[in-house]
Amino acid sequence: MIKYTVKRLLQSLVTVLIIVSIVFLLLRMLPTDYYFTEDQLIKFTDAQKHEQLEAAGLLDPIPVQLLHFYADIARFDFGESRRIQNGVPVVRVIGNKFGISMKMGIISVVISLIIGVGIGIFQTRHKDKLGDHIGTGYTVFVNAVPPLVSYSLVLIFGSRVLGLPQLYSTRDTVVSSILPIVCLSLGSIAWYAIWMRRYMIDEINREYIKLAKIKGLSEKQIMVKHVLRNAYVPLAQYLPGSLMLTISGSLLVERFFSVPGMGPLLTDSINRYDTNVVQTLIILYSTLSILGVFLGDILMMLVDPRIRLSDKGGSR
Amino acid sequence: MAKEPILSARDVEIQFSLRGRKLTAIRRCSLDLYEGETLAIVGESGSGKSVFTKSFLGMLDANGLITGGSIMYNGIDISKYKTEKEWLTIRGKKIAMVMQDPMTSLNPLKKIGKQIEESIQLQQGLKGEEARAKALKMLNLVGIPDAEKRYNQYPHEFSGGMRQRVVIAIAVACHPQILICDEPTTALDVTIQAQILDLIRNLQSKLHMTVIYITHDLGVVANVADRVAVMYAGQIVEYGLVNEIFYDPWHPYTWALLSSLPQLGIKGEDLPSIEGTPPNLFNVIKGDAFAPRNKQALAIDFVKEPPFFPVSKTHMAKTWYLDPRAPKIEQPETIRRLRETIRARG
Repeated sequence: MIKYTVKRLLQSLVTVLIIVSIVFLLLRMLPTDYYFTEDQLIKFTDAQKHEQLEAAGLLDPIPVQLLHFYADIARFDFGESRRIQNGVPVVRVIGNKFGISMKMGIISVVISLIIGVGIGIFQTRHKDKLGDHIGTGYTVFVNAVPPLVSYSLVLIFGSRVLGLPQLYSTRDTVVSSILPIVCLSLGSIAWYAIWMRRYMIDEINREYIKLAKIKGLSEKQIMVKHVLRNAYVPLAQYLPGSLMLTISGSLLVERFFSVPGMGPLLTDSINRYDTNVVQTLIILYSTLSILGVFLGDILMMLVDPRIRLSDKGGSR
Repeated sequence: MAKEPILSARDVEIQFSLRGRKLTAIRRCSLDLYEGETLAIVGESGSGKSVFTKSFLGMLDANGLITGGSIMYNGIDISKYKTEKEWLTIRGKKIAMVMQDPMTSLNPLKKIGKQIEESIQLQQGLKGEEARAKALKMLNLVGIPDAEKRYNQYPHEFSGGMRQRVVIAIAVACHPQILICDEPTTALDVTIQAQILDLIRNLQSKLHMTVIYITHDLGVVANVADRVAVMYAGQIVEYGLVNEIFYDPWHPYTWALLSSLPQLGIKGEDLPSIEGTPPNLFNVIKGDAFAPRNKQALAIDFVKEPPFFPVSKTHMAKTWYLDPRAPKIEQPETIRRLRETIRARG
C-alpha cells in the first residue's frame, strides 16, 4: 500500500513537471514585447528594451531560462504581473482573489453534496414514481437550459421575491454570497443526484442484497448498511478534486454577480498576455487537479478493500 | 407417514405480471415437508422450483404474487403475509436460504466476519464481543480454518468454495428450522461440490435442520435426498422416497428426466433428450402439461388434468397411466436399465 502510494505520488510529480515545462516553453515562443506594459512599449527605445530583457535573463538560451524557472518555482517565486497589476508579485495578485472563490466554492460543494446525495437517495426510494420523475426533471432542466438562463431565473426569484442583493458586495459578504452560491450549486446538485441514484440502483440489483434480505434485514437496514455505503464509494473518488478546484472559481457565476474572485483571472491574463500570471495559474490548476485525482485514488483505496491488493493494475 | 408436516403447502398458485400480461409460474402446487428430512426438488429450468421455495420466505420478485392456496407453517398461513414486518418473523430466523452463486452473494466492501455477525446481532440480539465470538464459532463450524484471521478478510480474498461456506455460515447462524439450498453447488467445481454437500449434511444433523435441495443434478439427489419431488411447468408431477423415484418412477416426465442421465448412455448411441419445449406459462394449460412432449400420451392427457394416483403409501404420481381404466403401459427400457444399474452397484 505504501509502495503504491509512493509510486502514484512520483508519477504525479513527473506529470506536473512536464506540464510546467510545456507551458513555459510555449509562452517563451511569444514575442518579447509582451514583457512590457503598454506604456513601456511606447516610451522605451530598442536599446532600453534590450537592456531590460538582458537584466531579466530573458535573452539567455532557452534551456538556461528553463532551469532558472525551475529554481524560481522551487523558491515559490512566480515573478511579477506585468499588465494586470504592473509590478505586483503574481502570488499577491492571486492571493487577493482566491479566498473569495474558494470560500464560496467549498460551501457550494458541501451544500450540493448534502442536497444532491439526498435527492439521489430520495429518487431511488421512489424509483419510477412521481418523486423520481421530479428529480430527473430537475437534472434535465439544469443540463439542458443554458446556465445564464437558469442564473437569471435564480437572480429574478432571489432579488424580487426574497429581496436578496443582485451583486456581490464587500460590505455584506454573507447575504450577497447567497445567490452566487445557489448558482454554483445548481449543476453539481444535479450531478450528485444522478450519480447517487445510478450507483444506488446498481447496488440494489446486486445479488448480495438478496442475501442480506434472506438474512432477515429490513429494507431500511439494507439501505443504510449495504446500499448507501457501497453506492457512495465511486462518488468519493471525485470529492478531493472538486474541493480543490473550487479555488479556480467560476468564470460565469463570478462575472454574473461581479464577484472579485479567480474565475475571470485566467481569461483576462490570457487576453492581455500577462505571461507570468498565465503560467502561474496553469501550474496552480494543473497541480491541484492532479493532486485531486491522487487524493481521490488514495481515498478509494481506503474505502474499497479490493483496491489495496491490486496495486499492479495502476489507477482506475 | 404419521408424522405431522412442519410446512405444508396446499394448491399454491403464483403469478407474475410481465408487461401487462399474467404468467402463472406455479399452478396449484402442493408439498408437505417433514421434520428432519432432506427433500430434493428436481426439474428443468423454468419449472418453478426456485419460485415455489422462495415463496416460503416471501422472497418473490416485486412483480410476483401468491394468488391462491395456502402455506401453513407453525399453524399460520404464511402465504397471506403481506408486510415486510410479518416476513421478518421467519425470514432468516426460522427458514433460511443458500443461493446459487457464492461469487456475488457477499458484499464486497464488508469484512466476512461482519457479514456473519449482522444476522447474529439481528436475530439473536447478541452484541459486541458475544456476537464476534459467535461469528468465529460459525466460521469454525463451516470448516474455515484460521477463523480469527479470516474474520477480518474481505470476500475477494476467499475462493468460491470458501465463499459458499461463508454463505452457509450466514444462513445457519440463527439455527433455522428449514434450510433451502437453491442449487448450492452449481457454480462450484466438482471437487468442491462434494465438500459442500458433506458440509450441509453435517450441519443438518448437528443443528437438526430440515433441508430442501433445489437442483438439476440427479447425482446430487441420489446422494443427499430422503425424498424427491419432480416439478414440471409449475407443478409437482411425482414425489416419493428417493428409491421409489429412481427404481419405480411412473410419471412420463420423470422417465424422460431419468433416461437422459449421462450415466445410462450407451457408447456409440446418442444420449436421449426430451424433445420439444416446456409449455408457455402465459397460456392456460389444458390436461397434462407434459402431454405434447410425450410420445405415448393418452387421449385424455390432452383434455383433463390427471389427479395424483398412489403408487405406494409414500409415492404419488400425477399421471393417467395409473388410472385403472388406462391401457397397460410399460416403463420404458431405459428405466428398467437404470434399475439394473443401481442394483448392480449395490
